[in-house]
Amino acid sequence: MSDKTFICRCEDLTIDEIEQAIDEGYTTLEELKCRLRLGMGPCQGRGCLSLARRILCEKTDKSTSEISLPKSRPPEVPVSLGTLASDEK
Amino acid sequence: MNKIEPKADVVIIGGGVNGCSLAYQLAKKGKKVVLVEKNYLCSGATGRCGAGIRQQWSTKENAELAIKSVKIFEGLEKELGQDIGLRQGGYLIVVHDKKDMIQSQKNVEMQKDLGLDVSILSPDEIVKIVPILDIKGMNAIGATFCPTDGHVDPFKTTHAYAKAAQKNGAKLYKFTNVTNIKTKNKKIESIITDKGEIKTNILINAAGAWSQKIAEIIGVKLPNRPFRKEILVTERVKPIFKAMVISFKDGIYFSQQDEGQILGGIPIPAEKSGYLTVPTFDFLHHMSKTLTRYAPNLKYVNVIRQWTGYYDVTPDARPIIGETDKIKGFIQCNGFSGHGFMLSPMVTKLLTDYIVKGESPDILESLNLRRFKGKKIVKEVSVVG
Repeated sequence: MSDKTFICRCEDLTIDEIEQAIDEGYTTLEELKCRLRLGMGPCQGRGCLSLARRILCEKTDKSTSEISLPKSRPPEVPVSLGTLASDEK
Repeated sequence: MNKIEPKADVVIIGGGVNGCSLAYQLAKKGKKVVLVEKNYLCSGATGRCGAGIRQQWSTKENAELAIKSVKIFEGLEKELGQDIGLRQGGYLIVVHDKKDMIQSQKNVEMQKDLGLDVSILSPDEIVKIVPILDIKGMNAIGATFCPTDGHVDPFKTTHAYAKAAQKNGAKLYKFTNVTNIKTKNKKIESIITDKGEIKTNILINAAGAWSQKIAEIIGVKLPNRPFRKEILVTERVKPIFKAMVISFKDGIYFSQQDEGQILGGIPIPAEKSGYLTVPTFDFLHHMSKTLTRYAPNLKYVNVIRQWTGYYDVTPDARPIIGETDKIKGFIQCNGFSGHGFMLSPMVTKLLTDYIVKGESPDILESLNLRRFKGKKIVKEVSVVG
């Protein structure tokens, strides 16, 4: 069994990878998203973003209120193209 | 916070792919470069675009720029020593009717003259390349296809340029706003930011959709207007196709990414210019309807996200590149009208050669702001999204 700790399960991101990106200068959640695809999987960051924010707080000596969450993007939950294409109201 | 660098040979406004590429190339040529970005790198159009690279254009100038850009992209991984996510699966441009076919034949002939590997496909050949397409649903009579067109990862590329720029001594300041620009005797003198003043004689305006506002500060009028554009991405599915499928008639473009997600966009009719960022349901509906008409089997695939970005649109859909006549040292690198990512390698090379060696070939002259003064312009018609 691996001793890796996964933060973003959709994109297979470990705590080490996130810490390394922060060390490289990606110090906001938006930048970590661009750099690592953090929170870009089907769950849209529901699981990982607040965990990643905690890591950012510790590494950059900031409080959670100083680190904003990325804009949430619609749809709220995954919806099939077929449903979205339908003309039924 | 570090105090900002007080003096530079060149200041670049905008941390997208064009700004970062310029920072890298100019720093490599020994220029002292400072780049300022009001948000984070890739926060504008670069990080929001479809990031396709296409060489099939209707004007010779654009086709040449794009062909040379792809050549540079092909060698970029080696040059920068970092992965840029290049994938050459081709662009398949759907042809819908006879009139469309005549224009396509003309385009292909011109593109072949430039040495491009491009051909016209029959409906049977189309489904060999992208098996999920429905010829009837698309109303296709054929397509044009160039196998060396493709996709590059916009985040990886921009970050790779930024790192290489810093390695060569460029200073990059993110979350830094330009508040004023000082000129003297119609020459650039310094840039004022919220982190301090930077003295320079050369200022490059690579601020994308905000370029027009930057130029306004010193009374230079740019014809660029921002247009909201929308895009969506699905969940990951197994690899189905490699090409980017586009249609100028329907305005749709879509492709499957390396990780498996399908990504694409389409304009909503009657969209007006302005700084709007809210994604719309109209887009979701229109895109899903068109996409499932093109590829009916995709109706079971889930959309997970939609977002918006800006096209920085000029009257002829060609970028504004080069020094302004009105103010010496004020250089434009904007107005890409939806093609800034794919044209960036060549455009930034032209500008670097202009700044370092004073070279100004015809292609650079043809992209200068002064082309909008009185003369008739030739509009690029091969535009999607």
